[in-house]
Amino acid sequence: MSSEKKLVVSHALFPWKPAQEAGTGPARKFVVAHAPHWHDGSTIAKKNYNIMIAALPAVLWGISQYGAPALGVIAFSMACAMIWEIIWDFFVRKPATVGDGSAAVTGLLFGMLMPATAPWWLIVLGTFIAIVVGRQIFGGIGFNPLNPPLLALAMLVISFKGIFDFDEALRNYDLGFSMVYPLAQLKYFGPAAIKSFNVADLFMGRQAGAIGSTFGLGLVVGGLYLLLKGYMRWEISLSFLAGVFVTALLFNLGNADKYASPLFHLFSGYTLVVAFFLVAEDSSSPANCVPMLIFGALAGMMTVLIRNLGAYVDGVPFSILLLNIANPLIDRIRPKAIGKVG
Amino acid sequence: MIKRSFFGLAKPRLQYNVVPDAVQDLPVPSKVVLLLKESRNGGGTGELKVGNAVKTGQRLAASPQSEEYVISSVTGTISALSPYMGTFAKKYTAITIDASAQDDWDDGFKKDQTLDTLLKFLQYAPGDPCLKALADPGKNIRTIIINGMDEDLLLTVNKYVVQNEGADIKAGVDALRKMANVELIFITVPESLVQQAAATGADVKTLSATYPRGLPHLIMKDVLGEVVMAGDTVEDAGVVFMSAEAAAAVGAAFKTGHLRVTKVVTVVGKDGRSTNVRVRIGTPINDVLQACNISLHERDRLILGGPMRGAATYSEALPVEPGTNGIVIQDAATSPEVTDYPCINCGECVRICPVRIPVNMLVRFLEARLYEDARALYDLDCCIECGLCSYVCISRIPIFQYIRLGKYELSLMETAEAANE
Repeated sequence: MSSEKKLVVSHALFPWKPAQEAGTGPARKFVVAHAPHWHDGSTIAKKNYNIMIAALPAVLWGISQYGAPALGVIAFSMACAMIWEIIWDFFVRKPATVGDGSAAVTGLLFGMLMPATAPWWLIVLGTFIAIVVGRQIFGGIGFNPLNPPLLALAMLVISFKGIFDFDEALRNYDLGFSMVYPLAQLKYFGPAAIKSFNVADLFMGRQAGAIGSTFGLGLVVGGLYLLLKGYMRWEISLSFLAGVFVTALLFNLGNADKYASPLFHLFSGYTLVVAFFLVAEDSSSPANCVPMLIFGALAGMMTVLIRNLGAYVDGVPFSILLLNIANPLIDRIRPKAIGKVG
Repeated sequence: MIKRSFFGLAKPRLQYNVVPDAVQDLPVPSKVVLLLKESRNGGGTGELKVGNAVKTGQRLAASPQSEEYVISSVTGTISALSPYMGTFAKKYTAITIDASAQDDWDDGFKKDQTLDTLLKFLQYAPGDPCLKALADPGKNIRTIIINGMDEDLLLTVNKYVVQNEGADIKAGVDALRKMANVELIFITVPESLVQQAAATGADVKTLSATYPRGLPHLIMKDVLGEVVMAGDTVEDAGVVFMSAEAAAAVGAAFKTGHLRVTKVVTVVGKDGRSTNVRVRIGTPINDVLQACNISLHERDRLILGGPMRGAATYSEALPVEPGTNGIVIQDAATSPEVTDYPCINCGECVRICPVRIPVNMLVRFLEARLYEDARALYDLDCCIECGLCSYVCISRIPIFQYIRLGKYELSLMETAEAANE
């Protein structure tokens, strides 16, 4: 009925009916569309699957170190994240968005930040915070003002300090290297306590820590893959690393007895996983060039400030969240459009 | 279609096709349809009646005073007159003429080289020249740029004309120098056509073959070093752009005494193979496609113009107009569909925009229909309509369409305000 009505209207608008005049064979309908009729072929799903591929080296290393529990945490975290998204879409009657892979990526990244011994309820709660509180209540993909996995991590670290005490959490593991958490050693005992860690060991994953954050080489390879594929805003990642390095260097130069070397800060804790997978999250970070550099550098600076002066062992979730909040302001720094008046 | 490369960090470089295809002449069609724009003082067909005999080159207008006219491209009789509405609700009268195979030339066109002749007979010339600005005392036109580059990808109409009809362009340049009071006439061509362009007598400027450097606003910036201010047209900045085909049509008219009634069109099939055809203006697209052995299927796209800026239309009975430079057929399977996914703020559009518009913010305002804010805060009027933002959008938002819609809605608001004053 309604479609018939539509037809009448359209004939009133187009009294000249070229389609009928043509009189060539059966009537065919063409797709009427606005330009452009080409597209570079990118999709959100492709981007997310590439992020997952890039994360694989670091994740596989974590699983090889910590065994089945680590695999369990990663798999359960991804599953939970996707289920939370399905449940949310169902209850708010939105079309299902789980197919775009962004919930899976959030779950994977969240899992990478967990210790292998994380209990099941922590994962359920954490993915709820990441997916529902971090993203969906703001409107879903593209609307989150904060980085979802880091928001979840920050809330859990504040709420359940004991679980994120990696020394305590991983005390039953003996992987053939010192099973103390480097950043905790630094925080509580000063640089003298971390003399036993050399940079190469840290970089090659011979350190205690979260499942997906210890294998520096794997994270760098994954990051370079994303960078070359154009799926990562390299400006943010590299300026973040530069921010960490320069700030740590200044502290180190100021008082080497009290503050660790910049390389230690680069290769310990969450620094690399954040630099390559989290700090450049799409909707919570800037899109213009200069703001990206400022954003990354400030985030790196805040990270080291919190590590060296603050109360927390690792400053990462808090520094990024702080910069996420400043993002709309920072992203106002932009070049003048060509032709703009005034 | 050019896809994102494996290493996506290297942004796609869309290159214009700089090697013109050969031209195939098509016979006079059995019927042509000419779309007569509605004059400012209302529609109506006035002196045009069904059954009127018309000659090739005859000026057809609703009344002798009417500004708008078409030039009959065939000899025959008017068989139908009907209203027609184009994109953005532009109103036309569709004049259908049954053509005879023999041309009987109308002698209304006189070769006296004045601006009046230009306006009275050459506005409907192939290439759709924008001549009104030349006679507009409000615009201080100092420069004419003859664009030998086609504005869209794949198309090679103007490049063909520069390569093969240099003598006509030269006659056109000479005539324009006499008629229009301009200081400079440039011709802009890709590197490969510099030699042919040099023979036309206009100042030759080369253009990069990378899209969108062939668009008027960017040519202004690259060639003249002048920036067209937001909301202004190139004519406001004192420049008239004319396609090489239009310049050749002007030259040919004054050389031969006959108005040019044929148009070169690039036809691109589903396999991506392109050919040029020369047809009478008003030839139904169907005739062109049949001559090129291209068949259309359900859900195909029939694009008038090029892939970046053309419009996919609904009927193959629509005619070739003076500004129709391309007919591109695209299969449903290879045509990207837009989605209603939100912007994820990835920033690809911001980085590819040739005029540095913050597209990520602009699209949010356009989606919310806040057109005035979009113009005031996020540079809607700076857009030069190249379509690259939609081309790279990972959420496949129809950004380009939102931009066109926003500009159109703002123009409606301005018209309404002017009417209320």
